[in-house]
Amino acid sequence: MEKLEILQDTAVPMPMEDIDTDQIIPARFLKAIDKEGFGDNLFYDWRYDKDDKPNADFILNSPIYSGSILVAGKNFGCGSSREHAAWALYGYGFRVVISSFFADIFKGNALNNGILPIQVSPEYLDQLFNAITSDPNTKISVNLPEQFVKILPDGNTQPFEIDEYKKMCLLNGYDDIDYLLSLQDKIVQFEQEREYIHKPLS
Amino acid sequence: MGKTLFDKIWDAHVVHQVNGAQDVLYIDRHFIHEVTSPQAFSGLKTRGIPLFRKDQTVATADHNVPTINQHLPISEPLSRKQVETLSENCEDFDVRLYGLGHQNQGIVHVIGPELGITQPGMTIVCGDSHTSTHGAFGTIAFGIGTSQVEQVFATQTLLVSKPKRMRITVNGQLQNGVLSKDIILYLLSKLSAGGGTGYFIEYAGEAIRSLSMEARMTICNMSIEMGARGGLIAPDQTTFDYIKGRKFAPEGEDWSRSLEYWKTLKSDEDANFDIEYSFEASDIEPMVTYGTNPGMGLKITEIIPEKIDTAKPESFAKSLKYMGLKPGQPMKGITIQNVFIGSCTNSRIEDLRIVAEYVKGKKVNESVRAMIVPGSQRVSKQAIEEGLNVILTEAGFEFREAGCSACLGMNEDKIPAGEYCISTSNRNFEGRQGPGARTILASPLTAAAAAISGKIVDAREN
Repeated sequence: MEKLEILQDTAVPMPMEDIDTDQIIPARFLKAIDKEGFGDNLFYDWRYDKDDKPNADFILNSPIYSGSILVAGKNFGCGSSREHAAWALYGYGFRVVISSFFADIFKGNALNNGILPIQVSPEYLDQLFNAITSDPNTKISVNLPEQFVKILPDGNTQPFEIDEYKKMCLLNGYDDIDYLLSLQDKIVQFEQEREYIHKPLS
Repeated sequence: MGKTLFDKIWDAHVVHQVNGAQDVLYIDRHFIHEVTSPQAFSGLKTRGIPLFRKDQTVATADHNVPTINQHLPISEPLSRKQVETLSENCEDFDVRLYGLGHQNQGIVHVIGPELGITQPGMTIVCGDSHTSTHGAFGTIAFGIGTSQVEQVFATQTLLVSKPKRMRITVNGQLQNGVLSKDIILYLLSKLSAGGGTGYFIEYAGEAIRSLSMEARMTICNMSIEMGARGGLIAPDQTTFDYIKGRKFAPEGEDWSRSLEYWKTLKSDEDANFDIEYSFEASDIEPMVTYGTNPGMGLKITEIIPEKIDTAKPESFAKSLKYMGLKPGQPMKGITIQNVFIGSCTNSRIEDLRIVAEYVKGKKVNESVRAMIVPGSQRVSKQAIEEGLNVILTEAGFEFREAGCSACLGMNEDKIPAGEYCISTSNRNFEGRQGPGARTILASPLTAAAAAISGKIVDAREN
């Protein structure tokens, strides 16, 4: 997993609420058996029209907005558990998603793929949208070690929360599996000492 | 202080705590399917490690499979490749696979319960958000991403933070013609598509207790649509009767021992929930959705609102525009072109019986395409034994083979752009059933009535 510490970049605003993972990556693009190429199909049905031509009204096709930070309306990533949504965002180039509210499974999937989901207050989210739309060159600073977001150069700052363990993983590029593998003796011991055991299928 | 059912099961599965914030949670059963497992198997191969507990892992092919001519090779090359990759991976790692053509194949959340794999007190995960379905048996069951599928493959555990506890009580008795799908669509309309985020829900109350296992599964299935990690119902005699005698159900002494444990699985009287909601069953009517998330639902007798508290005006307007609907418009009377009865929400034998009973001797409206897709080979077999397939096909339904089908349109079963589909599935997201498709979620009874009328009608009056 790629490390993330401090990021300063422009952002793409997507104020729509309840953006579900079917929009982020429609189901018909889930047929791959590897993690490559999903970025090309990110937000496909919003990004392209029915003839597969870029839809000029959609923000990712706008020449004005760009950057590795996505700022989105509340309840981002709801719906399907497909991790392909995180792969698609990462593949496209997003490293941070800021919203006032994230769906649980998406949040976990993002963190497992080097994308930092940052939850801010609804008021701060509005400030971000205003700052970005009034000047698309506005840079946003994301500081993971100190856990804050700042609208540059002199805009408001907001702290954010992140689980200590997940923070450590992201700062170092570690994934959970290495950690869990290191606990294998404990897991076997747990299996042997459980009071009620659901027998393996035989 | 007493414990909730959720806490009892969760705490019994904690192997280790990390920083007091994350738990290493032991997983009893891991279901996998073709779409969210290949990258996890690749991960094991790259690391050169085995699958830790293959006898707690069960695979099936469901998302991508065609629902006609399943005996023939899959014609769509990418789907075929993905299903073949699942077979190869299961072969390589010695995982039990109920693949296409197997008598136990079907939608993963239909086959787990019907084979007796799902049992009270378990932790169950699958790379699919509707894993919450299994909570109907008093299990902690939730959907995970592919990185987590790999973690469970490698260690039979997951690193997770414990959700908060919510209890939703539905008191009293349901009106005639109101099904469990209407209960969950009603709860969603009250609590919104994000209202359960961060929580694990326990459903309680007389209206829940009186439901069959199939009906309970429909409710737990859509817990995720509220954003909840999962939802569960305390096991009772209905649960035990359902499990007894199924393929993987405990037998003999094991059965008695299991039953003794299962009977302890309920929230204590003085257990504390982080939040509680209470509703009256008599307030619930047949429900339909009008927007593009499952929280946007209303009673079939109501009109589309001007606004809702849980969405900004722009989001609300965008949603209605996509659906081709307007505020103030009644849902009753809207002409529909498609009916889909199926999905892990409503494709079980009870659902098929409800539809067959309603359409018996009637004809599907000539302008409607009506598909019925049984949730599993076993459901299909039973429907045929009961003669339901004959009733349904005589009425004009396409009686198809088992799979996820038009719930998510990964196979050929798609709804054409701009057309309405009244669907017993779980998601009315934009494009969910095909690019441009407009989905209206409803119960199997409301869907059956729409198939006959060609428009949305109240099944109680028709």
